[in-house]
Formats: sequence, structure tokens, C-alpha cells
Amino acid sequence: MIYVLEDLINGILMGSIYGLTALGLTLIFGVLKVINFAHGSMLMVGMYAAYWAVALTGVHPYLALVLVIPVMYLFGHAMQDIIIKPIFKAEKQVREPITVIIVTTGVWYILDNLSLLVFGPQYRTLQDNPLRGKMLEFGDIMISVPKLWGFAAAVATALAVYLFLQKTRMGRAIRATSLDREAASLMGINQYRIYNVAFGIGTATAGIAGVALVPFYNVFPSVGVLFDIKGFIIVVLGGLGSIGGALLGGMIVGVIESVGPQVMTATWTEAIVYALFLLVLFVKPSGLFGVKYDW
Amino acid sequence: MSFLEVNNIDVYYGDVQVIFDLTLHVDEGEVVSIIGGNGAGKSTLLRTISGLISPERGQILFEGVPIHRSPPEVIVGRGIVQVPEGRRLFTLMSVRDNLIVGAYNQRADREKERTLEEVSSLFPRLRERESQLAMTLSGGEQQMVAIGRGLMARPKLLMLDEPSLGLAPLLMKNIFQTVRKIADQGTTVVLVEQDVKNSLSLSDRAYILEHGRTVMEGPAEELLENPHVKVAYLGL
Repeated sequence: MIYVLEDLINGILMGSIYGLTALGLTLIFGVLKVINFAHGSMLMVGMYAAYWAVALTGVHPYLALVLVIPVMYLFGHAMQDIIIKPIFKAEKQVREPITVIIVTTGVWYILDNLSLLVFGPQYRTLQDNPLRGKMLEFGDIMISVPKLWGFAAAVATALAVYLFLQKTRMGRAIRATSLDREAASLMGINQYRIYNVAFGIGTATAGIAGVALVPFYNVFPSVGVLFDIKGFIIVVLGGLGSIGGALLGGMIVGVIESVGPQVMTATWTEAIVYALFLLVLFVKPSGLFGVKYDW
Repeated sequence: MSFLEVNNIDVYYGDVQVIFDLTLHVDEGEVVSIIGGNGAGKSTLLRTISGLISPERGQILFEGVPIHRSPPEVIVGRGIVQVPEGRRLFTLMSVRDNLIVGAYNQRADREKERTLEEVSSLFPRLRERESQLAMTLSGGEQQMVAIGRGLMARPKLLMLDEPSLGLAPLLMKNIFQTVRKIADQGTTVVLVEQDVKNSLSLSDRAYILEHGRTVMEGPAEELLENPHVKVAYLGL
């Protein structure tokens, strides 16, 4: 019984980090109405940036945030501005230009293979960092410290993004654009600028997830793919475009993955996750927190 | 030189030409109606002036400056604001946030608190509803938010696309009175309407569009008496 509780807690913690990786995906979808297939690769870039920042300077792993957040923001901003914006301009009459999926898939392949070329195929881990393998003990229950910090980062990031969207001038403009981009244009909002900012923020949150993962997770060129697939499931579970939904969806997947092996073979847990995904699609296609219309 | 000048524009949706060699002008302080049936090109004309579509030929000048190649946000910044057909509110945002988004452009943003006061006194109903989601309002209230949101941008020229559409007669009258009030406070107004009688009676001048061309123009009271207008638009 006590193991189930431990697995439950660790599942929630790891799941919140999954949620953090999916946060940017849901934000970008909510605003641009296109799926960014390169999101996992952006997480991979964030993980390498965090890894090298720490490995080369020897600072505390979480200090990498200072570098990773602005770098990843600019990376996302530039990617939308240079690569995706021209498609939107060329397909003005189309609400969800499908071409973007193909282009972002291209970006995914290029980024993953570039990192393979530059960094090689080996799995890298941050050796002797202060968080590695560190556990908190409550009686018989062991909780991973870096996962606990990851949980804190996920909640704080989700809250910060939520407040930004609710309370600031730019945040309101982003929400307006996501609800009706043409009406937003008529209010003097430059939709392409909004897309740049939304893409920048979405990529920066992937960077934060990268920093949270690096102390206890391997870094390798195709690491993003694992999170990409989970990310899509989480985003659909939680409701496309919903910030809180991404976090909760992540936790659900995390708990199934960690508690599941107590009662069944570990490989079955994946089937359970997909079954739940299908169930949600059948019962509430807009996801747990999704809004029924528009999107 | 007029306030707004539209000179010989041709507008296409893809390969289909919707507006043919259209010329019109609006002077400062006027209320100008644009009248025509479905598919006459009224909304397309407003969309072109707002910069959502560019004319293939011809030019549009506002205060003497060409704007027909400018993006919508630049045109809003210059002071031309459109209240689109069907209201197009940001449904999942509060009434207050809808209004504040209206003041997004730099010029309006500086004065947004004061403008919000003005809009609230024009539509006292909206003050009661300010924290409600826009989608929960009635049709009449939604139209108030749409017009209020347009006013938040501090327009020099306000273009209204069928503000009376789908409203009960009493609310319609209300909206027309509000439009008159806005004009009396010094904003130039372009009004696109299917309700010809009401819109002509509050306008100074009007243009009649048929199949993307202006077929008639003149002072509003003259058009009200015109036999063609009477037969085709007033049903007399």
C-alpha cells in the first residue's frame, strides 16, 4: 500500500513535468491553431542548452534558467517569424494552414539530426550534480528532490503564463487573437507579432522543462520524440489550448505510468494511457478543460 | 481633399471581382450611409478600407495619406476603426476585457481609462455587465459591446457594418440613436445598412451600391424621395 502512495506522489511530480513540456504545445495551438510538430525538438534544444550551460560552467543546474529562458524565447520567436509566418501570409484565407504541420515536421527532423551531427548519439547525463539521485524521506516514502523542484517549476510556470494572459495588455491581445484573429486585427492587433510572442513563450516553457529534466534525465538527440507523443496525448486529454488542462493531463499520464506497474506489466500502462486518450475523445472530444466550441 | 477618399478601386476575392471601379469620399464630421442588397459589395468595401483586403487597382487616401497598402493595425492606428458585421466579440473574454482590447493601439492605450468612462456613460448597461463573459450577453448588449469596443480605439472615422442586424425593432431604434449621438460628438461615421429608411434618416449623404458599383449618390433626404430607391429599397 505504501508503495502505491509513493508511486502516486512520484507520478504526480513526474506528470507535472510532462505537463510543463506540453504547456507550450497547447499555448501555441491555442493561439495559432496549428500543431507544432517541432515542439519536442525544442524541448531537446532546451535540454542541451541547460546541459551545456551547467557542464561547461559548473554552476548549479537550476541557474541555467537565466540563460535558457531568454535563449529559448528568442529561438521560438525567430522560428515563427522566419519559418512559419510566411505560410500564414501566403494562406491568409485558411484558418488552420495544414502546411505548417509539414514545415514544423521538417524543423523537427533538421533539429534532431543537427544535434546528432554536432553532439553525437551518446546519452549525456549531468554527472555529480547536487540533485542527482537526491531523495526526501518521509518514513517509508521516498520522493525525488529534482522531481519535486520540477513540480514547483511546472506549477509556477503555468500560473505565470495564466496571469500574463489574464492581466497584461499583451496577454489580452493574445487571447483576443486566439478567439478571433480577424476581429483582433480590426482592433489594431498585429496578429503576426502575437504569433511571434506566443511561439516565444511556448518555446521558453519547453526550455524551463528542459532545465527541470536535465538533473535526472538523459539528454540525447531524439529525446524530444518521447515527450512529443506524450505531449499530444496530454494536450488532448486536458483540452486544446487550456493551460491548467495541460498540467492536469500531464499528472494523469504520470500517475498511470508510475502506479500502473504495481498492478500490471509496465508495458500495459502505455495501452491504458492510449485507451484513456480514446475514451476522452469519445466522451468529451474537447478534453477535460477544453471549451466546446471554436478552437 | 476629403477626409477619406476611395478612388477607382477594383477588389477581388481570389479570381472573383467583387468591387468595380468604385469611387467615394467622406468628409470630416459627416454621417455617410452605404446602402445595397446582399452581395452588393458593402462589407467588402469596408474590409478593403480596413486593410483586411488590398484593392487590385485604385487607391484609398485617409487625411491625404495613401492607406490601401497598409496592414489593418496601421490603419487602426491612423484612426479608421471598423465595427464588423455580426459583432465578432471575443466571446470567452469579459465585457471589460473586450472593451480594453479595443484600446490596443498606442494612441488609444494612453487614454483608455478616460475612454472607458465615456463608453460606460454611453452604454450604462455595460457597466453592470463588465465582468460577464461576452458570450452570455443578449444580442442588443453584444452590439453595445461591439460599438463600445470600436469607440475604445478612439476612432476619427467609425465604420459600422450592419449594426442593427438581428435586433428587435426597439433595440434597433436604440442603436440608431446611439450612432447619431456618436456622430454628434464629432466622430465621422460610415454606416453600412440594409435598414435603408432608418439609416438614411440619420445620414447626411449616402451611396447606393449594386453589384459592386455605385449606382447612385447624394444627400440622404434626396435619396429617400428618389423613385428608384423607393421601389428597390423602401418597398413603397
